[in-house]
Amino acid sequence: MSFLEIENLSISFGGVKAVDDVSFAVEEGSVYAIIGPNGAGKSTIFNLLSRFYEPLSGQLNFAGNDLLELGAKDIARLGIARTFQNLELFEHASVLQNLLVGRHVHNTQSWWRQLLFTGSVVEAELEHRRKVEEVIDFLELAHYRNQIISGLPYGVRKKIELARALCIEPKLLLLDEPSSGLNPEETEEMGFWIEDIRRDLNMTVVLIEHDMSLVAEVSDRVLAIVNGKVAAEGDHAFVQSHPDVVSAYLGDAQ
Amino acid sequence: MRILFKTNYKQDLNLAKHGGHRFWYGLLILILFSAPLILDGYYIGEATRVLIYAMAGLGLMVVTGFTGQVSLGHAAFLAIGAYTNAWFLAQGFSSFVALPMAALLSMIGGLLVAIPAARMSGIYLAIATLAFSIIVEDFAGHLNSITGGNRGMMVDVPMLFGYQIWESWELYLFVLCILIIATLAVLNILRSPLGRAMIAVRDSEVSSQALGVNPMKIKVFAFTVSAAITGLAGAFLAHYMMFLTPQIFGILLSIQLLLMIVLGGLGTVHGVFFGAVLIGVMETGISIGKDALPFSIGGLPGIEPLIFGVILISVIAFEPTGIYGRWVKIRSYMEFFPVYRRKSFKRQRSYLKTERLR
Ligand SMILES: Nc1ncnc2c1ncn2[C@@H]1O[C@H](COP(=O)(O)OP(=O)(O)OP(=O)(O)O)[C@@H](O)[C@H]1O
Ligand SMILES: [Mg+2]
Repeated sequence: MSFLEIENLSISFGGVKAVDDVSFAVEEGSVYAIIGPNGAGKSTIFNLLSRFYEPLSGQLNFAGNDLLELGAKDIARLGIARTFQNLELFEHASVLQNLLVGRHVHNTQSWWRQLLFTGSVVEAELEHRRKVEEVIDFLELAHYRNQIISGLPYGVRKKIELARALCIEPKLLLLDEPSSGLNPEETEEMGFWIEDIRRDLNMTVVLIEHDMSLVAEVSDRVLAIVNGKVAAEGDHAFVQSHPDVVSAYLGDAQ
Repeated sequence: MRILFKTNYKQDLNLAKHGGHRFWYGLLILILFSAPLILDGYYIGEATRVLIYAMAGLGLMVVTGFTGQVSLGHAAFLAIGAYTNAWFLAQGFSSFVALPMAALLSMIGGLLVAIPAARMSGIYLAIATLAFSIIVEDFAGHLNSITGGNRGMMVDVPMLFGYQIWESWELYLFVLCILIIATLAVLNILRSPLGRAMIAVRDSEVSSQALGVNPMKIKVFAFTVSAAITGLAGAFLAHYMMFLTPQIFGILLSIQLLLMIVLGGLGTVHGVFFGAVLIGVMETGISIGKDALPFSIGGLPGIEPLIFGVILISVIAFEPTGIYGRWVKIRSYMEFFPVYRRKSFKRQRSYLKTERLR
């Protein structure tokens, strides 16, 4: 059994099948890319994995766990972290606070200890802070540490969302269009980080991406989704030259 | 301008971040405790009212300012706290029993509201909490044997160690101590995982879930803590009023509380205190001003809500971050004096956010 297995997944919104009988598997330690034209249903797959939506049918399996038995709030605890296409940061909190929320699943302190801010809470907080600082160093965010999100530029916010996901110390990282809105240098940087995340932090990565050079650079396998259906799966050269994928993109351009 | 050199992460966990903080907050607490030496009975009474408002506002801030759940029914928790306290004192219990019972019963009330309310948000939540407060007000009017119904109920003075607190400065100090404890508890929550989870739920419920936060649990927790603190405020309000009738705890009181934390600065503990002082001063000012004006203007019915309304609208229009937000700007103006740039507080363009998750 693979690390992440998705079988015959379907969902529809008001009669429109956004995801239609999609199956794929992701191996542990790999980088897996999902591509497809706008509105193909890529983000919907992530939202199904996050358990924000209830599928019409299908199976979701992660490291031996049936995700359909769990709720949205339980997914992070299994070791699945994600970013959002349109950024879902805590706008009125500082960068540090945002990242510390990423440590929530590692909290073991009872509410009354937190109310009294006992010694054990202090110890735990210091430990969380050390972990968060590691991520801050890794993504070079030290400069923004104490700033409030709502004043920060888009590229930085993108990095903060990635950082927040890393603070969970997940086994699987879902990135929804990590390079969108970034300039070419930032996109290249993002590519390096994804490689580092896989190699140094031993995380499995699934990313949705429109930038084909980034896909070619980082991914082991590529899945193309068109109109909610799997159009092709394989290495990026195969998928990119597949006739169904080509015609979908050309059709998209017309 | 102050530059802080931080040498370990523990410094960031301290409530007072540097010597300046310690000095000014220390001085403030000293002044508050010595106020009875300086002020006469009338002003101590007014100050007590401000402290009680601050306590109630602190409770509301937990649920509305930090967790983002608008409550239009917090007068209900004040009512539960007030009547519980008064009833236990009337049965001959001391404040050591009556006050915790006031907090506990209010907490149970909070739990009753929170469990259904945690599934709601926005206008639905506002209406549900409003309905709750109407029910509580109604109950207070009908439970003649406990609350004295619409005829009202006398409140005994607080009793500690067999000693009755009659003097207004004694009550003032009592309220001040409890308020400081409540504030410290809230500050502790805010620097802990629970407080961060509350802010996460407020700013983005979706991503808080993706990070493993259970928004329901956090909302219920926030409501419970909020109700306990507001209940305590209610208990002291009973002592301040000395006579309770259900009409005190109407919708207007809830709105006034909400107004207070919005004026002060939503989402900050400072905002609670700024708001309480402002409302307290305004009330005193309006009642003094009304007497000074000719009766044809000062005696007009509805003049108080009118003035409140005008002030609320102007604050929201000119300073959406409340008094505390304005204070932060003034402070940084002074800190950075020759090089202050107005632009630093200009609100930046916010990025597209949709209800949908794509
Ligand atoms: N909550 C929702 N309610 C109704 N329709 C939805 C919802 N979420 C997605 N859809 C629809 O499902 C389809 C797939 O959307 P999805 O967001 O998955 O596309 P995508 O592949 O991520 O596209 P993009 O590249 O633009 O991000 C679209 O037609 C979209 O309008
Ligand atoms: Mg998308």
